[in-house]
Amino acid sequence: MMFAITPHVRRKQRHETIAKWVFFGMAASMIVPLVLIIGYLVERAWPSLSLGFLIDVPARGMKEGGVWPALVGTIYLVVLSLAVSAPVGVLAAVYLNEYARDNWFNRIINLAVINLAGVPSIVHALFGLGAFVYAARFGYSIISASLTLAIMTLPVIIASTREALASVPRTFREACWNVGATRWQTIKAVVLPNSISGILTGIILQVSRAAGETAPIMFTGAVFFKAVQKGDFFPYRLHEQCMALSMHLYTLSTQVPGVKESVPFATAVLLLGAVILVNATAIILRGYLRARKKW
Amino acid sequence: MNTPPTSRPAEESFAVRKATRPAWDVLSERALEILIYLCGISAIVFVLGIFFFVFKEALPILGNSHFSLTQFLFSDQWYPTSELNKRYGVFAMIAGTFSVTALAMLIAVPFGLGAAIYISEFCGGRTKETLKVVIELLAAIPSVVWGFIGLTVMSRLIVNYTGAPVGVNILNGGIILALMSVPIIVSIGEDALKAVPDSYREAGLALGATRWQLVRRVLLPAAKTGLLAAVLLGVGRGVGETMAVLMATGHAVHIPHGIFDSVRTLTANIAAELGEAPANSDHYRVLFLTGVLLFALTFIVNLAADLVVRGIRRR
Repeated sequence: MMFAITPHVRRKQRHETIAKWVFFGMAASMIVPLVLIIGYLVERAWPSLSLGFLIDVPARGMKEGGVWPALVGTIYLVVLSLAVSAPVGVLAAVYLNEYARDNWFNRIINLAVINLAGVPSIVHALFGLGAFVYAARFGYSIISASLTLAIMTLPVIIASTREALASVPRTFREACWNVGATRWQTIKAVVLPNSISGILTGIILQVSRAAGETAPIMFTGAVFFKAVQKGDFFPYRLHEQCMALSMHLYTLSTQVPGVKESVPFATAVLLLGAVILVNATAIILRGYLRARKKW
Repeated sequence: MNTPPTSRPAEESFAVRKATRPAWDVLSERALEILIYLCGISAIVFVLGIFFFVFKEALPILGNSHFSLTQFLFSDQWYPTSELNKRYGVFAMIAGTFSVTALAMLIAVPFGLGAAIYISEFCGGRTKETLKVVIELLAAIPSVVWGFIGLTVMSRLIVNYTGAPVGVNILNGGIILALMSVPIIVSIGEDALKAVPDSYREAGLALGATRWQLVRRVLLPAAKTGLLAAVLLGVGRGVGETMAVLMATGHAVHIPHGIFDSVRTLTANIAAELGEAPANSDHYRVLFLTGVLLFALTFIVNLAADLVVRGIRRR
């Protein structure tokens, strides 16, 4: 027999099996506990989870009631911040991917994008406080908080958009240049339409990031409590402070004594659920559009 | 077949047609390209802006005669609101940041790299896609929710199983931070393994190597710089993380002696005290100086990770 199973081979295969299960265990041990924890959070939150929790205002010094003002505040902050960071980020990515040559200046831009992504969120908060609240005189307001969030989400939007643009084959551009189109005409007619799905996915993923951040808005425009009428859809002015879900969770769990136990759990589950829902949507959309891609 | 009238040469008619784009079209395109350029350089503007504004608020303290930079960096005495004896030493917070990050990396690096190896080399098809999606969803969990988990779930587990007097301590913060950094380490690590050419794997398999032998003898040496970058980015995340460590590590400003001690990190210190420090007071400026320190720390770590990644790409 030429391929007899010698002891050496048997040992090799045993090591293979062991290694496979160890690595599987490592992957699983990062995921399984988390699923259990989320299950636990949902169980504890259950008494408070209802539609009323979403649309009620906090009651009895935030010890009971719902999260409506915080929910609306988060929507304000997310929409405003992405209204700034999405166009700037997409255009910046267009510059970096379509116009920029490989020289020292553009290498510095790349480095800046990478470092902007690595700046700790609390340093963004300090910057927002120094630049927007004091220097630009926006005060503690929704504007200051959203601009701070916008700068925080910008580098990730640039990175994801670049990736989407880079996935459009160069031959597409060359075909367009060859019929006499300028660079911008090519971008408008060929590059953007072919990468729009990737760009959108990247932006949607930042919705959840902006909704979940706490530190950058804590000192620039989010406030512990603000009285809002029940069912008021536009309770805030842009130069006022607002409540936000992430800040609300922090406040409930550390600053307010005697909160009804299920309320902070329900807030955490709501924030977690919203973020996972948005991300799952983006991931499904990406998978769908990727499957449809023809090249 | 009709031939076009040949009153003038073909080249000339081509040249005439070429110049028929309206002037406003050309101008608006030029304007748009300037806008694109401005957005392109915005990242530099913002990085410099962050440094400028944070440093500007911190600067006056450096000229203050009561303040010394060596004391700031190497003293563990932090009494910012004391009436008589104000002390601004952040060494205890540096030790806190270091110990929590180190513990987190001790957990996250082996597990993260192990998970990356499993995803990249030991499973395929549907399992692989599912695991990648789950990892991506893990990365999206907001840090305040992680902090809440540390405060409620993890602290109770720690008190029950270890008998520690308080559940919010280095161990709690380290575990939470490890769970937060794992998605980054897995995704960058997986990229690094994917970047190893398939011909390496094929050569190994052709020689009769098992997957494990392949990983140990071929892939880990070939991907080691990329895996190093993954670890560095995990460290960067650990140093910069704010809300989770603020809620999970307790609030004691002292140099820790064991993993059941409560600590405070540099980031948590700013988050906890900025609200109470009056604008333009010394306390406020010292907190901004801490921000400069954090900015510098993460800048170095990210720069190192970038250089490592660039090194791979060049090769």
